[in-house]
Amino acid sequence: MRDVSIIGVGITKFGELWDKSLRELGLETGLAAINDAGITSNDIDALYIGNMAAGSTLQQEHVSALIADYCGLANQNIPATRVEAASASGGLAIRQAYMAIAGGFIDIAVVGGAEKMTDVSDSESSYTVSMGSDEQWEAKAGATFTSLHAMIAQNHMLEYGTTREQLSSVAAKNHYHASLNPMAQFPFALDAAAVSKSGMVSTPLRMLDCAPNSDGAAAVVLCASDKAKKFTDKSIKIIGSGQASDTLSLHHRKYLHRFPAINIAAKKAFEDCNKKPGDLDLIEVHDNFTISEIIALEEIGIFKRGEAAQKSLDGETKLGGIIPTNTSGGLKARGHAPGATGIAQIIELVKQLRGEAGDRQVKNAKLALAENHGGTAATAVVHILEAE
Amino acid sequence: MSVPRFWRELDTRYNLIGSYCKITDTYHYPRRSFNPEAGRESIGSMEDYQFKGTGTVVTATVVHQAQTGYEMFGPYCMAIIELDEGPRVTSQIVDCDPANVKSGMKVKSVFRKLGEDSESGILHYGTKFILSNNSDDAETEEDTIENIEL
Repeated sequence: MRDVSIIGVGITKFGELWDKSLRELGLETGLAAINDAGITSNDIDALYIGNMAAGSTLQQEHVSALIADYCGLANQNIPATRVEAASASGGLAIRQAYMAIAGGFIDIAVVGGAEKMTDVSDSESSYTVSMGSDEQWEAKAGATFTSLHAMIAQNHMLEYGTTREQLSSVAAKNHYHASLNPMAQFPFALDAAAVSKSGMVSTPLRMLDCAPNSDGAAAVVLCASDKAKKFTDKSIKIIGSGQASDTLSLHHRKYLHRFPAINIAAKKAFEDCNKKPGDLDLIEVHDNFTISEIIALEEIGIFKRGEAAQKSLDGETKLGGIIPTNTSGGLKARGHAPGATGIAQIIELVKQLRGEAGDRQVKNAKLALAENHGGTAATAVVHILEAE
Repeated sequence: MSVPRFWRELDTRYNLIGSYCKITDTYHYPRRSFNPEAGRESIGSMEDYQFKGTGTVVTATVVHQAQTGYEMFGPYCMAIIELDEGPRVTSQIVDCDPANVKSGMKVKSVFRKLGEDSESGILHYGTKFILSNNSDDAETEEDTIENIEL
């Protein structure tokens, strides 16, 4: 296996980007990433695209060829592959490129994630998100994606005494981080009391526990580490990568308050690099709901089971705390464009490890982890990055 | 939902038909031709089984922002239910105040409309649950799953 580094990044602001198409978003971030890397299109061996729902929201499949074409890569005939695992599509696309480079098949890959969730009505985009759960035996029976997480939250509350105040602290913290990130969809602070008073979506989860469905795109350039120096002196190494699956339906799981796939993917990533949770300087986790961030912190091993919620309330996951979590603002406040989210997480870590995170910079950041999952964590993917 | 897909799922949806694994003596819902715990030996050893339709609420939530097609029901109760034979299902619990549904409550299945498809015009029927001590028990006797003809 060869070492793999990230040598370039590019991202759009997430949000309601009605004036931009999927192909334009793909081009914008792809160009930004290759400019940042200092490569030309002739250096690219392969393109990987993370996208969850173009078929449902745009009636367009085959978006790998589409984006390659509109990025001017069609006449080079490079392989372009779409990767889909609901909201884990982006993280998984990075892992596919990572494996292809580590395995020696290619040297340089561009990994892009792009999603358009707001061209359709709220009810259509919500149903599209439900397709990441079991459409036949959950969504069709009336279970919204939020209601599945509501049941997860209730079980976590029952098992560990997790409170409303603790859940609200997660959203408030992520909004505080987003207020320091000009690229965030909601770059403003929000106090925890407002989260607790927001409209009920599915008991006990409220409007401000939920991440938005956004448009957006993000791209990174991956390169074999021994060739990275040719292009840049600010490369960041991927030192661990793990992926795991679980039952698609939540009701087929033994425990309703855990996400075992995250635990297994994280263990694999830690084994790759012989590191442990206590070594990390910061993390990005998949907070599609506040409860998801709390469970992710426990599954990764940052905190013991049942302790993450109180640690969040105590400020330990905030900038300046023991493990700054979602310094980008997370899915809640940076925004959540499913295919792009896993890549946006990696970009936040790269910026932090390069020391380019501005007002939200974690001091002396050397080691960082990203956790991205799809559905009710039926797919989880974890990457660990290290400053070189 | 397409016509062939709905037709294919009729039995499982309408009559709560799942599978019994002769090797591990366990029940499965929805129907499976293969029991993940028993592995490939279970192929050919799975028999159709009609669930009694009785079970217990494991966990429940009141949905205020309804699923597409369920807007007329809101707010409604969604729950994970453990059938008496063992497997769990996700289903709506109806004919009660949704806020009163708590884990541990006994429920039984009823045959209800799930929704309709605006494009194909198909009405979807299927299984929902009511609380076992529901006062209109007598009334719902008629629509217990055994009495539905396909």
